[in-house]
Amino acid sequence: MRFIVALLSLLPFGALAHAAQPENGALNLQPAATRIMERLHGFHTYLLIIITVITLFVLALIIWACLRYNKRSNPVPRKFSHNTLVEVVWTVVPVLILVAIAGPSFSNLFYQENEPDLEQIAQSSDDNPNIYPEAAEAGWVTVKAQGNQWNWTYSFPDEQDDAGYPVEFVSNPLQRGLSSDNIDAARGPRNLAVDYPLVLPVNRYIRYQTAASDVIHSFAMPAFGIKTDAVPGRLNEGWFLVEEEGTYYGQCSELCGKDHAFMPIEIRVVSPDAYETWIETLKAGEFEAAFEGLPEPQQTVSTDEPTDATTRLAQAQ
Amino acid sequence: MAMDQVSTAHDDHAHDHKPGFFARWFLSTNHKDIGTLYLVFALCAGIVGYTLSGLIRWELAQPGIGPLTGLMEMFGYQGDQAIEHAKHFYNVVITYHGLIMIFFMVMPALIGGFGNWFVPLMIGAPDMAFPRMNNISFWLTVAAFIMACVSMLIPGTGQFLGFGGGWVLYPPLSSTTGHPGPSMDLLILSLHTAGIASILGAINFIVTILNMRAPGMTLHKMPLFAWSVLVTAVLLLLALPVLAGALTMLLTDRNFGSQFFDPSGGGDPIMFQHLFWFFGHPEVYIMILPAFGIISHIVSTFSKKPVFGYLGMAYAMVSIGAIGFIVWAHHMYTVGMPSDMKAYFVAATMVIAVPTGIKIFSWIATMWGGSIDFEVPMVWAIGFIFLFTVGGVTGVVLANAGIDHVLHDTYYVVAHFHYVLSLGAVFGLFAGWYYWFEKMFGVKYNKTIGYAHFWTMFIGSNLLFFPQHFLGLNGMPRRYIDYADGFATWHFWSSIGYAVTLVATAIFFIGVIEAAIRRRKGVGNPWGEGATTLEWTLPSPPPFHQFNELPEVKPESHH
Repeated sequence: MRFIVALLSLLPFGALAHAAQPENGALNLQPAATRIMERLHGFHTYLLIIITVITLFVLALIIWACLRYNKRSNPVPRKFSHNTLVEVVWTVVPVLILVAIAGPSFSNLFYQENEPDLEQIAQSSDDNPNIYPEAAEAGWVTVKAQGNQWNWTYSFPDEQDDAGYPVEFVSNPLQRGLSSDNIDAARGPRNLAVDYPLVLPVNRYIRYQTAASDVIHSFAMPAFGIKTDAVPGRLNEGWFLVEEEGTYYGQCSELCGKDHAFMPIEIRVVSPDAYETWIETLKAGEFEAAFEGLPEPQQTVSTDEPTDATTRLAQAQ
Repeated sequence: MAMDQVSTAHDDHAHDHKPGFFARWFLSTNHKDIGTLYLVFALCAGIVGYTLSGLIRWELAQPGIGPLTGLMEMFGYQGDQAIEHAKHFYNVVITYHGLIMIFFMVMPALIGGFGNWFVPLMIGAPDMAFPRMNNISFWLTVAAFIMACVSMLIPGTGQFLGFGGGWVLYPPLSSTTGHPGPSMDLLILSLHTAGIASILGAINFIVTILNMRAPGMTLHKMPLFAWSVLVTAVLLLLALPVLAGALTMLLTDRNFGSQFFDPSGGGDPIMFQHLFWFFGHPEVYIMILPAFGIISHIVSTFSKKPVFGYLGMAYAMVSIGAIGFIVWAHHMYTVGMPSDMKAYFVAATMVIAVPTGIKIFSWIATMWGGSIDFEVPMVWAIGFIFLFTVGGVTGVVLANAGIDHVLHDTYYVVAHFHYVLSLGAVFGLFAGWYYWFEKMFGVKYNKTIGYAHFWTMFIGSNLLFFPQHFLGLNGMPRRYIDYADGFATWHFWSSIGYAVTLVATAIFFIGVIEAAIRRRKGVGNPWGEGATTLEWTLPSPPPFHQFNELPEVKPESHH
């Protein structure tokens, strides 16, 4: 038993190298960039242990039955067909296991689903990893992602230019599998990178909203633990807070037609200052300048060594 | 009537007089012949569905869009035009792979094929209650299949042929916004027809099972396969009209100006998803329950022991069927539901693990203390029990809405439902095929070929689907013709797995052909003392009409 747990605990580590994009041969979830995903990591590992033990237990029973009760070892079959005790056990034990799963499951679900009350959090002084009082004081950053066939329109309803229009831009993929593709690897990984990424500040509460202009799409970011369908006629919303600067990749996750595979989501998470500069430049109508002024993309693709804040800062300069 | 009985008494073989070829196979009212027709039909549809999955795996074996572009170039498209057609064609392929495998392979084979063949035999009935309705059920299914195939070849959207919106048919992608062409209308007609066929079949099974059991066979003595088909038929009867309603609304949205699913007219696309999954979730149990029944008989026969916990097994199926109707929205955790609603669906979904666990453990308990004979069907059944467990536990993971926010619409889901269907229902199908092959066709199959089929299929399908768990965890979305390069390794191995199953399929057909050529004469009961159900009391193949004198089930003969 201890061996199995030890073996299982190796699984997450194999894939915990910092990357916010898929890695060849990876066995597990992408590394967490938000508290939501961090909790889901823990919960998934917990579930993985439970289901692996159950599967191996069933396998062991089958193998034992095959070895012990085959026609050579046991020529005369027994004829029993009832045993109240074991029947009660195999009904009650699974119920207990499910209850043990439901506890953390609901807690994670409600943590993600219920929008945090920032006023309350700002006054809190607990040392609680689930809340961020400093970020709460700064309030919400609201962004809307609208799915179109086949790109994303990002807008910031609270950030308006002089004419009163919210900041809004379209984010197109660099590749569509066609001969016109831009396959400059420096721009980012194939099928994941976009021309104009969504830029968000690190350590701020982000409220995201999704909608769609034609068919259903889905706004998903694996490293954040979020996936919300963009449905015509609806405004879905959710929240997250990214703890580390970096470039994160997601992909549309609801079949939306011919180019479904070619509407990636790229989110550049930058320092609050860099974000302010970016959004102000956008408001001033200087579109290209805003994106050119962003710090160099910090590839979170990492090597096996976790990059600490200092090295990353050095890279940024 | 009296004349009939007299003739039965002295001239039994007179009843084996079969009609001529056309009347026998095209106007059939005989449950065994219709069962055979269903099996042959499912085999043909299975080849189509399996070829489509081959195109998927071929395309995904390497990053980039390759094989399908080549295919489009063969049809005269050039350059980027070929690529655009390939992208739409890929969506068509995944859509029809799903629809064909579900509606025209698994359901006709398990319910129409084995259900028709063995429900009357097992309950000691001379035939189905409504033989002519049985005939129309079959031919409507064939018509539906032909319409589905034709709908792949007519305009779907713009210049592209076929409907490429996934088997779930979500509007607006399936409404005139996404697919204005006639393909979707024909597909709706096809599914309506298939639904009518299934509803008629379900009524036939329910009436047969409730009214035509042999004297002395109470419901609580009825073989578990008959139980499984009864529960399945009730699920079909309750679920399919809901699909029909949703499809009709879609049809009127598309053609007659209604706006049930169109937000610009006050409709809601999510309502379609609720209706669809209210049908769709029972549908997955419709596909697996008959396999449950088959596995129970095989495990009991070859362990030479009665089924452990017979009543628990029967009522586990009943409760799986009942709970199956109140969990549908676990397919929709990401559509924007209130958190309390999600919490309810999490709880209800996890409850299903309990009766399913009872079934798994009862099969093992049936083996426990037995004298197991590892005949070919038993090997398939043991494979089924293990692989279904693997598919079941990943279902428990996906039931949790929190985790599902990450895994929804990724390959983890693909891996999960192929473990319960491709390695569950299909393994059950092959187990039943080898269990009843001699009974149905009167000839023996070659056991070595049967074992070779099992092992190549076991290795191939695991290699095909297990790596897809890793892909899904790492974020690989479903229904993608091309992927980020980081997914390449496991996609490659998954495609190698498909190639292995190709070998397995070849072995399967070799086995069928070999048995057809050699014609080793079968016996009434090749499995010995463990085979206790009524079909084994008859010769193989059974006479054209059986049980002219109804068999009597004695009070103590509890299986």
